[in-house]
Amino acid sequence: MSELAAHGGAEHHPALQHHFTSLEQQRAASSLGMWVFIAQEVLFFGGLFATYTVYRTQYPDAFSAGSHHLSWKIGFFNTLVLIGSSLTMAMGVYSAATGKKNRVVGFILATILLGSVFLGVKYFEYGDKIRPCFGDGSHAGCLVPGERFDASALHLAGPAAGHAQIFFSLYFGMTGLHALHMIIGIPILLLIAYWSWRGRYSPEYHTPVELVGLYWHFVDIVWIFLFPLLYLIGSH
Amino acid sequence: MTSERQTLPEEHYLKAGWDLKSWLLTTDHKRIGLLYLVSITFMFAIGSLYAGIVRFNLLVPDGSQMSAEAYNKAFTGHGVVMVFFFLIPSIPATLGNFLIPLMIGAKDLAFPRINLLSWYIYVVGAALTMWALVTGGLDTGWTFYTPYSTALSESNVELAAIGIFIAGFSSILTGLNFIVTIHKMRAPGLSWFRLPLFVWAHYATSIIQVLGTPVIAITILLVALERIFHFGFFDPNRGGDPILFQHLFWFYSHPAVYIMILPSMGVISEIVTCFSRKRIFGYSFIAMSSLAIAALGFLVWAHHLFVSGMSVYSAMVFSALSFLVAVPSAIKTFNWTATLYRGSVKWDTPMIYVFCFIGLFLIGGLTGLFLASLGVDVHLTDTYFVVAHFHYIMVGGAIMGYLGGLHFWWPKITGRKYVEAWGKVSSLLVFVGFNLTFFPQFVLGYLGMPRRYHAYPEEFQILNVLSTAGATILGFGYLFPFSYLTHSVFRGEPAGDNPWGAKGLEWTTQSPPTTHNFDLIPVVTEEPYDYASPPKEAARV
Repeated sequence: MSELAAHGGAEHHPALQHHFTSLEQQRAASSLGMWVFIAQEVLFFGGLFATYTVYRTQYPDAFSAGSHHLSWKIGFFNTLVLIGSSLTMAMGVYSAATGKKNRVVGFILATILLGSVFLGVKYFEYGDKIRPCFGDGSHAGCLVPGERFDASALHLAGPAAGHAQIFFSLYFGMTGLHALHMIIGIPILLLIAYWSWRGRYSPEYHTPVELVGLYWHFVDIVWIFLFPLLYLIGSH
Repeated sequence: MTSERQTLPEEHYLKAGWDLKSWLLTTDHKRIGLLYLVSITFMFAIGSLYAGIVRFNLLVPDGSQMSAEAYNKAFTGHGVVMVFFFLIPSIPATLGNFLIPLMIGAKDLAFPRINLLSWYIYVVGAALTMWALVTGGLDTGWTFYTPYSTALSESNVELAAIGIFIAGFSSILTGLNFIVTIHKMRAPGLSWFRLPLFVWAHYATSIIQVLGTPVIAITILLVALERIFHFGFFDPNRGGDPILFQHLFWFYSHPAVYIMILPSMGVISEIVTCFSRKRIFGYSFIAMSSLAIAALGFLVWAHHLFVSGMSVYSAMVFSALSFLVAVPSAIKTFNWTATLYRGSVKWDTPMIYVFCFIGLFLIGGLTGLFLASLGVDVHLTDTYFVVAHFHYIMVGGAIMGYLGGLHFWWPKITGRKYVEAWGKVSSLLVFVGFNLTFFPQFVLGYLGMPRRYHAYPEEFQILNVLSTAGATILGFGYLFPFSYLTHSVFRGEPAGDNPWGAKGLEWTTQSPPTTHNFDLIPVVTEEPYDYASPPKEAARV
């Protein structure tokens, strides 16, 4: 507690940084910072969503065929998993606000578990599309854009086969960027769980739990848009 | 100069440690501002070198000085380095970083560690891009237009793209830090309409940085992905649309011009009122016009695409919106001029740069209106007229503000004075050199000389030689401040806390400030720029 003395007063919370006058100011600043960060994320994904909008408008048939080829059941399962992880995350933040340390750790670990399930499913989904591209064979079923792309499974030929490559570029680009955000989020969640277990957070100060929660919910919301745009448009 | 002001203060932020670690691990916004100052000065030197190569080649019409390929790499290097690694970070990352906490009465930015992180990200991005430029080069132009950049160019596109992608996040984090700081860290009594206009300008800039930069980040990433993983977004063979790239690119890169010019306008607002000894005219109009420029700036990007293939109706809308941006810009210019009116104008170096700025920005802005007109633009697109126009904004505007601001706050940053006579001489050199470089280019463009060619018809030689001569003078105009400012750090006379008798919280602290800026958080009770009443602790005799 010698740090406290150095800051000149017992009323100073150990988490209070020197350039803030109060914990409340610090919390408000951190929270606004995360919202601004999320605003930048929206624009970051926005470039891809704009690209999607342009090409889906231009090539509705190829997009429909590409989408039809994705398994909406797997996508739906993953959607449920992610919504579940958002629920556990929200419970984790609530537990932090009410000072229930063990429950915070438990809920964050559950969030990590669900996030990992999502990524595991994604791994197999990607594998099915990438595996046929390797080897010397016909590359039948290869759905990775490029020379080995095979549109026969989509029943497309001619220019439409090229358009389907754009769909799959978007599929890999958008879901890949989304998955990358989860891969970044999971170690951060682990760290927060560890600090939580070490007793760093209290009802007065649990800003990091709140912030990682905001981030996690944002990543989930991106998926809520990706799922129908990529998996469901071929179904009607 | 009173006797107690002959020495620097006992304690200040520069004395907090001299070893490398105390600089590389600092979270002090003032030291990070200096880290940025050194880095961007280095990048500016490289960018200028590229400009020198370009101007050297254009001395003769037949392009015999260098191959077309080498020339392409030289102008690309010039553009990439100057835009992404000098102009974008210039004022915000150095002066903004240094001054915003001081101006709002805070001990630091809201996120000091993120501030340091942003510098490291900048250095990594710059290093990767420089690596790409040195080992093989880049020949796409700074605009990376597809399908040349994605399908045809054999230069280091991937590496340069990744470097620029990374550097973008440095800009985003700086903007994020400023927004939160300005919202949450203001001293008691410092309401929004008491903020210095420099802070307003940076607030508007930060909004563009946060909302625009991620779009170019994803766009440039798509270029790299298209080359590495054969995504088809910009490949016409697969139905991809190269023009989509131009839309995404300019959605950021047009507002990026306002990232360069808005902070400069903030600097001008501070200096013009100080050296007119008069409250700034139309404070709220200047503040709001910064926000208006930031907002309108997002709605004009397609004026770069008038001849790329776009419907006439969209072109008309974008043309009209582009004209609209002239309104807030003109509001600022009129207000600065009105501030001068009946002011007690003093011709110190910072003020000379203000006059340079106003004149050159006026020319740059008005020629922008030529280019926003559909019919005229068809004639002028991709000619030297465009090159001259944006250099009048980026150099004539942004760099004049940067140099003016650097001179104005130099006594606060270092605690020392530079030699005023040198300042005056070099500002004159910069002004003459700049105009001699770029005014002939307006004429060249009007006569039809296209940009980005290493050879040109003989009748254009005289104007090109004039331009190269101007660039040489301009180069000396940049070398002088580098020398005498560096010299003043070691040998300059102590400046005192407020050598200009200026208003604003940053002038109420000692020079150089302590690490924590203020011993007691100040309470603001007066309106900004109250030059009618005497300055606090005026050190000037």
